[in-house]
Amino acid sequence: MRVNVTVNGEQRQADDVWEGESLLFLLRERLGLPGSKNACEQGECGSCTVYLDDVPVCACLVAAGQAEDREVRTVEGLARGDRLDPVQEAFVEAGAVQCGFCTPGLVVAAHDLLDRVPKPSDPEIREALAGNLCRCTGYEKILEAVRLAASRKEAGA
Amino acid sequence: MSLTPADLTSAVAGGIGASPQRPDGNLKVRGEFAYASDLWHEDMIWGATLRSPHPYARIVSVDLTEALKVPGVHAVLTHEDVPGQNRYGLEHRDQPVLAEDVVRYQGEPVALVGADHPETALRALKRIKVEYDVLTPVVDMETAADERPLHPAGNVVRHVPIRRGDQRAEAEVVVTGRYEVGMQDQAFLGPESGLAVPDEEGGVDLYIATQWLHVDQAQVAVALGLPLERVRLTLSGVGGAFGGREDLSMQVHACLLALRTGKPTKMVYNREESFYGHVHRHPAVLYYEHGADRTGRLVYVKARIFLDGGAYASSTSAVVANAATLGVGPYDVDNVTVDCWGVYTNNPPCGAMRGFGAVQAAFAYESQMDRLAEALGMDPVDVRIVNAMSEGSVMPTGQVVDSAAPVAQLLKLVKDKPMPPLPAAVDLRDMPGGVSNTTHGEGVVRGVGYAVGIKNICFSEGFDDYSTARVRLQVINGEPAASAHTAAAEVGQGLVTIMQQIVRTELGVERVTILPMDTGIGNGGSTSASRQTYVTGGAVRAACAAVREKLVKLAGGRAPVDLVDLLGDDVIDETVEWRHRATERIDPVTGQGNAHVQYGFAAHRAVVDVDVELGLVKVVELDCAQDVGKALNPQAVLGQIQGGSAQGLGLAVMEEIQLADGKVRNPSFTDYLIPTVLDMPPMSIDVLELADPHAPYGVRGVGEPPTISSTPAIVAAIRAATGLALTRVPVRPEHITGT
Ligand code: FES
Ligand code: FES
Repeated sequence: MRVNVTVNGEQRQADDVWEGESLLFLLRERLGLPGSKNACEQGECGSCTVYLDDVPVCACLVAAGQAEDREVRTVEGLARGDRLDPVQEAFVEAGAVQCGFCTPGLVVAAHDLLDRVPKPSDPEIREALAGNLCRCTGYEKILEAVRLAASRKEAGA
Repeated sequence: MSLTPADLTSAVAGGIGASPQRPDGNLKVRGEFAYASDLWHEDMIWGATLRSPHPYARIVSVDLTEALKVPGVHAVLTHEDVPGQNRYGLEHRDQPVLAEDVVRYQGEPVALVGADHPETALRALKRIKVEYDVLTPVVDMETAADERPLHPAGNVVRHVPIRRGDQRAEAEVVVTGRYEVGMQDQAFLGPESGLAVPDEEGGVDLYIATQWLHVDQAQVAVALGLPLERVRLTLSGVGGAFGGREDLSMQVHACLLALRTGKPTKMVYNREESFYGHVHRHPAVLYYEHGADRTGRLVYVKARIFLDGGAYASSTSAVVANAATLGVGPYDVDNVTVDCWGVYTNNPPCGAMRGFGAVQAAFAYESQMDRLAEALGMDPVDVRIVNAMSEGSVMPTGQVVDSAAPVAQLLKLVKDKPMPPLPAAVDLRDMPGGVSNTTHGEGVVRGVGYAVGIKNICFSEGFDDYSTARVRLQVINGEPAASAHTAAAEVGQGLVTIMQQIVRTELGVERVTILPMDTGIGNGGSTSASRQTYVTGGAVRAACAAVREKLVKLAGGRAPVDLVDLLGDDVIDETVEWRHRATERIDPVTGQGNAHVQYGFAAHRAVVDVDVELGLVKVVELDCAQDVGKALNPQAVLGQIQGGSAQGLGLAVMEEIQLADGKVRNPSFTDYLIPTVLDMPPMSIDVLELADPHAPYGVRGVGEPPTISSTPAIVAAIRAATGLALTRVPVRPEHITGT
């Protein structure tokens, strides 16, 4: 089948998509956007988190066909040119990135949190990121990164 | 005054001791860093693996006919298609690339398919007909040695005895225990993956996520029957490792398919396959007896340790040596009797995981120290401090600990930290069970526990452990610029940052490029045993020193000099092989010998709240003190301590590959749980920097020690809350409720 989808503001089309393919596979293997990650492909780790019409979803759980005529925003679509989003910037600065395989999903999840809750408390951050596994950092620096991004966004706003 | 190498360095930002940003950080947060599973090649095909459903079976027949008929299939391969030797292994070549007449574990690779779409490959796999004659698996590590031999030399991979002091020593106070450690998984997030690209001359380029390029290269070349230079490896982005990428997974398989079809071949495991596709932490059964006098001084320790190596040897021999030589922990004990066995069974193969043998032993010896404290009516920290080893102490191997060993200090540091307050008001998010609303505080008991551990750093037992680094210095666009090239694997820990920092400090040059890691340069050794900062860091530093020597020659005694003027159009390019001081094999009968290069220590205090009615545990705080010799990058050091402690927490309360008759019952992140941000408590961390005079910059390996003491500290805290013996990890709710 053919899938038409807007990804990071661009109208994209993919042909010969097999019925069982996930949005994650579509993005990674057909549209050349491997930023969203494939750590479990079971909806358990959050590494594939993308916005689907402004709602964060696990792209591995969404069938490619379901994205037809909808808008997807991936980690690749967060920076403005050379300028990182404050969340991305904070992740690098705080040391929240080790292997980085969890990072794209966490960055999208944290981005969404700060859109909804500009000054989240620690328990709120923990709750919002509870669906994103990280095996390297023990999460401390991820929390630090989100706090830092929140304070920057506040200062910048 | 003449110019010396020291004159040629000036302080620049981002050198050692600072925490500059990772060079790959921006790419990673933008989603543009190329992990092995992200690779793509024109005209590439997908490989997939048929695995044995049985832990132990004879293969009666394999029929590929129907699989080959599936449209889009390019090749279906079995062991008959392995052109070289169908055997690989880190220490013993005992593992077939593809099974021949027998499968020894569930998940063992039997056949491969190469196809134009991953789904086509899976369909073809389903059409391969394998007839098995199912055998009764050997699954009990304690009796395996006497059961049906799974390999020609029998089921003992290695037995390490340690005999020190009086073997008949007696003591006033004696405590004994039997402890068990379940099978833990590394659960790195980036699945096994790689891309093999055939060349025109029958060779292959493999882009791969691994921990050690050269040892992969050697094993792949033997299996392919190719000379080394025809098999070239380049490290692609690695999504974590923790020991799970020391052994081969899909390396040979992808190359076989690529060479057979002439097409670039990509293989990516999914999470379930990943659980079958790499080795795990050895499960263990440990019997301990500690004898002490009335003041708490240890008189003797006796231990019998069984480690389940599973179907193939992997690094079992070295894990056995670690569990044995580190088996009494960071304590002074004159009289030691240890026997440690690593055995073959039909369980999944086990090998390296962060902490490597020291984790299993520490759970047992630290549990014993708590028992001893209880028997003596002593404080658990005091009994540890009474026995704490220090610089100059003698290990059970007879080796003298010849650099800082601040065991007592680390314990005091965690003990003296302020206690987290009891929650002022009920917030479900702070409760065991969290928002599942299982308690509002009823039945919740707080407990505090302590532990300390010891780990050897670098490769041991006489292994020629070295790394190779090449450093180039030249002027680019009017600015001095350096590059460093090694084959040492960056797996997430931040070696690339450390290498940049070292070059900046040594050469006084701010612009430092880290070249892709590949087999185009000499061996970098393994990214394991907490060794890369030490060994590859040492090699990079030595290469910089060689570059400086050249600069001095160039300057011909002139001083001061400007680097840009001095270099002009010259390129200085130095390659150095660097090794740490030698170690020796231990005596096979007494276990005596200078086996290890360096020792690392960490201590933890855990504070837990336990819902004793439901058996749910909330770790409230997990504090750590560790000596790192010198923190080359303080931010990365903290990251290692936090991440390592989290993996120890996982082993304490949730992580286990559950087996039934050799079969894995939970190969998914739905059923194999790793800590989430809700499970991981805040940590307060003290980092000591007591330089080791034998190591570059005084560094002491950082990555593993925090994984070791975290587990027993948490279990001690749960014991303190519940009064239960809890002799097995992970502690499950039913262990607490007794149901
Ligand atoms: S890959 Fe989608 S949740 Fe793990
Ligand atoms: S940084 Fe490796 S999984 Fe999070």
